[in-house]
Amino acid sequence: MEIKKTAVAGTLESSDAQVTVEPGSDGIELLVESSVIHQYGRRIREVVLETLERLGVKNARVAVLDKGALDCTLKARVECAVYRSNGMNENLPWGGVIR
Amino acid sequence: MIHPNKKRLRRSMMFLNCQKPGLIKDPYIYGPDSIMLDLEDAVAENQKDAARFSLFHALKEIDYHGVERVVRINGLDTPHWKEDIRVCVAGGADTIRIAKTESAADVRTVEEDVLAAEREFSRPEGSTLLMAALESCLGVLNALEICRSSERLIGIALSGGDYTKDLQTTITGTGDELMGARQHMIMAARAAKVQCWDTVFTNLDDMEGFAEETRLIKRMGFDGKSLVNPRQIAVVHEIFTPSEKEVIFAEKVVREIDEKKARGIGVFTVDGKMIDIAFYDGAKRTLAMAKAAGRYKGDL
Repeated sequence: MEIKKTAVAGTLESSDAQVTVEPGSDGIELLVESSVIHQYGRRIREVVLETLERLGVKNARVAVLDKGALDCTLKARVECAVYRSNGMNENLPWGGVIR
Repeated sequence: MIHPNKKRLRRSMMFLNCQKPGLIKDPYIYGPDSIMLDLEDAVAENQKDAARFSLFHALKEIDYHGVERVVRINGLDTPHWKEDIRVCVAGGADTIRIAKTESAADVRTVEEDVLAAEREFSRPEGSTLLMAALESCLGVLNALEICRSSERLIGIALSGGDYTKDLQTTITGTGDELMGARQHMIMAARAAKVQCWDTVFTNLDDMEGFAEETRLIKRMGFDGKSLVNPRQIAVVHEIFTPSEKEVIFAEKVVREIDEKKARGIGVFTVDGKMIDIAFYDGAKRTLAMAKAAGRYKGDL
């Protein structure tokens, strides 16, 4: 999928993450900020990159402000931001690339 | 075939906002019988999509330890309900709560989409149960046809806020304004052999009022109550679970009726109370509820 416009999903509440995606042209540029960056920074990056790869996002600038989100929440926020950037919210591929 | 979970114990059904990851990640620790993951009123209009993504991954990845996972979808008068159904079924929700149900046709409309989603996502046909929230005078008046509308329907729930608005009154705390709806709904549910749940009690500072209302609806015949806070769970469970004394008496009644029936005796006394066959089903129900709640380990 292409990132067509800037989109944001999630909040800065505890157990959540705020994910912003913007159009890019040079692969994935990922910025992660987290209160648990030393323990989980690598894992957060892995989850975000895997999710983007599954969605077929090749070029994007992505910022994640993590507040202790579980993996399932990170995935949900990345997917939501990507689909929002494409203006899509119906007939989504649940269980397909969203999994 | 009747779904094995159609009649499961549902004393407490706790609402949780799907928009809030912190709320939906571990509610099983509070021990409700069911959680109701909300896509409807608790979720802001511009966050419906985000709530669905959170719901899908929660259903797929969080172990809720046997707590029933009900999802409240948006009403049929909104643009959201079809995608809500798709994500519920794809995620494997146990039950879908239909908001603002007013007729049997409403339930069948949802049922059609649920079946289509079960086929699309390769879920067993008939595996997704339904419950209907009655939130208007028309919905309450049509309770019986709603209760009989589908084999998937486990029961009906009163939504007091919207109902009293439609009735042109308010929630007073006395229960006067809800009495007609409660009485009508429980009779309809029993006539159709489905379950029935009472509305939420939102004043968290009035736990005695909450307990009083819960005792009232228990006496009326309800199966349980919708809840808004984990603090309310223990109160409901205590009131809805048969006491040790009730369990012992019910056990005696069942044993005595079985034994006396074999000897051709129709009426007799147990602990000084006159007993006949009319007490049998009630005693069996007490034991079944105590067993489901873990308070009775016997074999009756």
